[in-house]
Amino acid sequence: MTADEVQELRKEFPILGEHVHGQPLIYLDNAASSQKPLQVIDAEAQYYRHSHSNVHRGVHQMSQRATEAFEQAREKTRVFLNARETAEIIFTKGCTDAINTVAHGFGQTLSKGDEVLISHLEHHSNIVPWQMACERSGATLKVIPMKTDGTLDWSEELLTEATRIVAVNHVSNALGTINPVERIIADAHAKGAQVLIDGAQSGPHMAIDVQALDADYYCISGHKVYGPTGIGVLYGKLDRLKELPPYQGGGDMIKEVRFEGTTYAEPPFKFEAGTPNIAGAVALGAAFDFMASVGTERIARHEESLRKLGEEALMEIDGLRIYGTAKNKASVISFLIGTNHPYDTGVLLDQMGIAIRTGHHCTQPIMDHYDIPGTARASFAAYNTEEEVLKFVDGVKRVAQMLQ
Amino acid sequence: MTIQQAQTEIEEEFELFDDWMQKYEHLIELGKDLPQISEEHKDDEHLIKGCQSRVWLDARLENGRVRYSADGDALITKGIISLLVRSLDDQPAADIVEADLKFIDRIGLKEHLSPTRANGLLSMAKQMKFYALAFQAQNGDAYG
Ligand SMILES: Cc1ncc(COP(=O)(O)O)c(C=O)c1O
Repeated sequence: MTADEVQELRKEFPILGEHVHGQPLIYLDNAASSQKPLQVIDAEAQYYRHSHSNVHRGVHQMSQRATEAFEQAREKTRVFLNARETAEIIFTKGCTDAINTVAHGFGQTLSKGDEVLISHLEHHSNIVPWQMACERSGATLKVIPMKTDGTLDWSEELLTEATRIVAVNHVSNALGTINPVERIIADAHAKGAQVLIDGAQSGPHMAIDVQALDADYYCISGHKVYGPTGIGVLYGKLDRLKELPPYQGGGDMIKEVRFEGTTYAEPPFKFEAGTPNIAGAVALGAAFDFMASVGTERIARHEESLRKLGEEALMEIDGLRIYGTAKNKASVISFLIGTNHPYDTGVLLDQMGIAIRTGHHCTQPIMDHYDIPGTARASFAAYNTEEEVLKFVDGVKRVAQMLQ
Repeated sequence: MTIQQAQTEIEEEFELFDDWMQKYEHLIELGKDLPQISEEHKDDEHLIKGCQSRVWLDARLENGRVRYSADGDALITKGIISLLVRSLDDQPAADIVEADLKFIDRIGLKEHLSPTRANGLLSMAKQMKFYALAFQAQNGDAYG
């Protein structure tokens, strides 16, 4: 994207005109949550203004409209992930909820002696649900180790006859590492294990093709792909979803309810108990439209150039260390300045209007690996500019001086 | 000096700064003079959990006055602690219990004591008062 094109794009994001502490906002906390284009904000409002009712089974016109809008969003999501069928697309509260849906259901099929394989690079959202599933079932949780450059130390030897499922992220939120999920999926399948991919961080940064990947489950988070909060997606292969026990019980997920027993609806409805986040799904559909109109590959290239620009300039600062130096990396820069606490870095940058994230990023095992309390992390999105990246680097230089 | 006087002194000191950088540089300097908690007291018992940066606080009673010592692993956090300590240290427990801490607000550092900041400073301020309250109860009316 040219500088002018980015400026055009920025006009779509009203929040980017905000000031903080009297400074124009430089928003570099996109890995935590990205900002929303007008298209998404308007889609939610339009839905409530013109099409809202409860979905499914309504005979009246408004319920028809709501159902159509909701199911159209499902179709847009199918296209975004290149899933085979819309029945494979389940709307959830977010990525965490999607992982819990699988961990809870799959956990019921686990027993003592079974193994669940996760990685050292996981977000707590892809650790804790599996720990809970293992605790309930007596299965064993095993961990793919990490190397100090932030890549996974993958070996198919980690898979055993007892491995039932492998759960790894596509991109690490703390370090930016792009993991070799194609290979992990192929190796796991060869051993008869299923694979769940946490795509919370890949969703916003790369084109995803769940069929080419052959993932059994793939989860994404709405608020990280320019969509609203409170919505996410669980993709599952249809056969897998048919086998997977439902997560929550309630309306919409049933076929027939009798006191003697209940039969469940088919996927996706089996996993969508209760009134779903209809407006959120509709706005998420608009977010996918937005990403398609900009072009996923274009976004990825733009962010890659911002990251490289930032990394090269930061490396010139005395005592600055970058965590996560994999060759294959998405748009995240995690760093520390000397022995300074990341909290100080974050507070001082905030005074300059620069929003970054500090702390363990919900990945305590990674921080323990490096024996640090946390990092300062800048992460980029389609609307960030080179100028912002350079201002951020200047800000870090000032912080380094102040904390000396 | 009373708590009120100490706070006024801090406020006057901070009025001298006209940009945020000077203010934060001063804060960072102040943190360096914090009455240090002894290393063996930097344990779980004295730790104030604040998610991101860690803060340790200790208090003892000396001649009827509460003496605080503390430490933190982030410099800005330490600076704020040093302001709290400067305003409450070496004061009678009863005065500490009653003290208001709005001076932090008035010198433009309010956000650091906000409950949404995961820095433990709000719990730290509460813990300082809690120590004072405990000493007050311990001593009955003698110093109250
Ligand atoms: C890698 C990763 N997994 C899972 C999540 C959780 O996603 P959500 O906020 O949609 O529950 C995040 C968000 O921080 C993440 O970065």
